[in-house]
Amino acid sequence: MSDDVRDGGFDEWLDAAEEGEAYYLECPAEHGSLPPRRVCPTCGSTDLEEQPFPETGEIETYTVTHVPTPAFEQDAPYATAVADFGPLRITGQVVGITPENVEVGLEVELEVTVSETTGERVVGFWPV
Amino acid sequence: MSDVRVAGTGLTPFGNTPDRTGRDLFAEATIAAFEDSGVPREDVDAVFYGNFMGELAEHQGHQGPLMAEAAGVRAPATRYESACASAGTAVRDAVLQLRNGEIDVALVGGAERMTNLGTAGATEALAIAADDLWEVRAGATFPGAYALMARAYFEEYGGDRTDLAHVAVKNHENALTNEKAQYQSEISVDDVLEAPLVSEPLGLYDSCPLSDGAAALVLTSQEYADEHDLDAPVAITGSGQGGDRMALHGRAHLARTPAAREAGAEAYVDAGIEPSDVDLAEVHDCFTIAEVLALEALDLEPIGEGISAARDGRTTANGETPVNLSGGLKAKGHPVGATGASQIAEVAKLLSRDHPNSEHVEDARIGLAHNAGGTVASATVHVLEVTR
Repeated sequence: MSDDVRDGGFDEWLDAAEEGEAYYLECPAEHGSLPPRRVCPTCGSTDLEEQPFPETGEIETYTVTHVPTPAFEQDAPYATAVADFGPLRITGQVVGITPENVEVGLEVELEVTVSETTGERVVGFWPV
Repeated sequence: MSDVRVAGTGLTPFGNTPDRTGRDLFAEATIAAFEDSGVPREDVDAVFYGNFMGELAEHQGHQGPLMAEAAGVRAPATRYESACASAGTAVRDAVLQLRNGEIDVALVGGAERMTNLGTAGATEALAIAADDLWEVRAGATFPGAYALMARAYFEEYGGDRTDLAHVAVKNHENALTNEKAQYQSEISVDDVLEAPLVSEPLGLYDSCPLSDGAAALVLTSQEYADEHDLDAPVAITGSGQGGDRMALHGRAHLARTPAAREAGAEAYVDAGIEPSDVDLAEVHDCFTIAEVLALEALDLEPIGEGISAARDGRTTANGETPVNLSGGLKAKGHPVGATGASQIAEVAKLLSRDHPNSEHVEDARIGLAHNAGGTVASATVHVLEVTR
């Protein structure tokens, strides 16, 4: 993939998140999901609306990775977590706290960070 | 509906052979499988081949016809790709076509060449079994994703790294007699706990190795086996497949694997058996926690109790239901595209008393093989029975 080609939907979402305007998709039955998406993965509805991403979420599980892919070689060890934001969960890298202090139940907010290795943008979680 | 008979099985040694090509590995496995079966190559009606990372490891797509050629077979050939469940899905499609009379003889199997990529390259290649946009780009590796499930399990049901270590110790113990296994070495609980961490709470010895290897099966219809008087005492009597959301965070539950539950339930009904009828199982233990999740999804252990099964001896060689008598992915090795077929081969050999560990399961008549893809967004389960 050429470096100047964007992943439409995903890169747009990162742009919005950097502006503090992250969103998720919601169907009429209030199932939440992440873009890019045309169909609700839970019920099949094609009527999806953008909703503001919830302010805070809670870490539901996490891991500290010591053996990374090449794209995170200089970031290791780093914590990756799944955080529950209510209508949906999302996976991200925990920043602003040392990995050994990450714990289940930690309250976090979404903040786009970058890979130290590649400079690419990464979904991040920052403790509130 | 026709029964499906396991006429022959063939495995290469699993291990670190970076100089061997996929086609060389698969050819070796098929030579063994044809010899074991007594079925001539020209009788094969279709080839079902599993492979995951061929484009990355060998710059080779379109592997179906290539591998038919390597096996000396001229028949329609299709590659199945479902991450680490690639060969499981290949077996399932072969079973369905054999049953409905479309074909009489299938060559089924898979191969993977991985170690030539090196650790970093293989870690990257394996990671693409996860959602690229939302998991891989957040730094999730394949062990990392299972580590997320392990932590979620500990939080919900309890258990710790020591419990998981017993799974690794058990599977290494089982591999001691398996000459095809990548590791034929005993390890202790302390070895597991003291090994370098890969993705906490999982360490190096909680993880299966990177492996090169291939597996092949010759499967036939009941009619073909009868007509040719084949020595094939074991049949595949149940098949099931389940699916789930690609990303772990999209699942209903972070510490359970509903796709495996669906696949298991379907296979049990298909075979007309209950989980309590299962005498032995080969389950997908790419990481120690994966074996725990599999036991619970397959109803071989109640939810929340799978964590103690190895520690308390319920799944050891002399336990109630021995699990991964081959050594499992953990010690036998995990050439990902070959694994699902290799599990069927191991179960068939165990049931037909043609396996070094058959002595532990002398009266066994029903075996199970569970193959999972990614963090179990894909799963297949097959039931094998001695029916003669």
